[in-house]
Amino acid sequence: MANGKKFEGVARELIALRIANEIPDGSYANLGIGIPTLVSNWIEGRDIVLEAEIGMLNCGPLAFGDDIDQDLINASCQPITEMPGSCYFCSSESFAMIRGGFMDYAVMGALQVAENGDYAGWNIPSSGRGKIGNIGGSMDLAVGARNVFIAMEHVTVTGEPKLLKSCTYPLTAKKCVKKVFTNLSVIDVTPQGFVLREVAPGLTAEDVQSVTEAKLIIAEDLKEMAL
Amino acid sequence: MDKVFPSIEEAIKDIPEGASVGFPGFFSCGNPVFLTRALAKQGTKNLTLVVMQLGVGNEEINELIQNGQVKKAVCNYPFYRSASKKSVFEQLLIAGNVECELYPMGTFAEKLRAAGAGIPAFYTPTGVGTYVAEGKEVRVFDGRECLLEKALKIDYGFIHAWKADHMGNLVFRKTSRNYNPDIARAARVAIVEAEEVVETGELDPDMVHLPSVYVKRVVKVGKPKIRIGID
Repeated sequence: MANGKKFEGVARELIALRIANEIPDGSYANLGIGIPTLVSNWIEGRDIVLEAEIGMLNCGPLAFGDDIDQDLINASCQPITEMPGSCYFCSSESFAMIRGGFMDYAVMGALQVAENGDYAGWNIPSSGRGKIGNIGGSMDLAVGARNVFIAMEHVTVTGEPKLLKSCTYPLTAKKCVKKVFTNLSVIDVTPQGFVLREVAPGLTAEDVQSVTEAKLIIAEDLKEMAL
Repeated sequence: MDKVFPSIEEAIKDIPEGASVGFPGFFSCGNPVFLTRALAKQGTKNLTLVVMQLGVGNEEINELIQNGQVKKAVCNYPFYRSASKKSVFEQLLIAGNVECELYPMGTFAEKLRAAGAGIPAFYTPTGVGTYVAEGKEVRVFDGRECLLEKALKIDYGFIHAWKADHMGNLVFRKTSRNYNPDIARAARVAIVEAEEVVETGELDPDMVHLPSVYVKRVVKVGKPKIRIGID
């Protein structure tokens, strides 16, 4: 695995596009920081309502210039805009709707995902921060959303695998991940383990397996990533 | 009933050493900046802060920490996003000079809601099998493991409202609402800084976001200058 960063795969924007294609119209969704935020660039005109855990439904696009309002930001602290149908509410209500199962999709980044659906995304032990870290809303979204999608690079910056037999970093939640979208692949998390559904253009299942610690079950109808 | 105080100093002067104080605000949005600065100036020590983040977009909190007024923080987002930059709070935590109690954001919000609603504790599926489950009772409901979490009562709540009437009915603006209603309900004494104070009767009763019963004091402050963004 020392040379794990040998495949480039698709750009972050295209991982986001692949995820946008997976979320059907009529859905309520929450997007985390990083690649997940980019999903919002691909859903303009779609009938998808974005929730921000700060306390807003139907978040509009980013605000610029005179449209910036200091009282209107998303959960990543970016100024955003209202849209027809937007509404605001307090934090306990925001997490009531998240925990209550009203979010159809939560798209989040991750440091590690295990083949049983566990994932770790809030604390890198080597950061020197000990057992304390920025949990934010990730644990609630992971247990509350009906479908938890992970969007991430397939390996770490140093080429270490992130799709593992079991997570070694502190968990965000147990057995919650439905699908993983990376620059190299689309993978379903099933009771049998990781099922490789799609590979990035130009790659084979063997390529993806070579940078994945856990064993991949190759789907019978394995396809090129649908972009 | 008239809860309007003549000045911020008057509204916070009885806060004793060792008090717990709740600060709403989600990064740069909805923070009670005027009350927080006044508490830093007052110098009250040994405080427990109940707040989402420690100086990440809410720099006023750093003044309290820098002044050595803080004993403990109850929070969900304690550090700067990047591990390479250390906040004042993180430096003090490493040095062992401050305590940190950490909860997932939704559990944090529900602990406040529960406190205000007279619910002493609740079970939640959030955090099962993680760091935050350590030492907590686990019980299975409908086949799903849940953690027992306790309500979080606080002594004083600092609230930033867009509009208040003299009775203490509040209206918030856009995403600056966030934890403000939850902190107000959880606090024994909710002190409101309002950008605008109107006569009782001027707010449309159907448009009140927080009923006056949760509010003890109101001070008029104007619109704060905010820098949007976080490190």
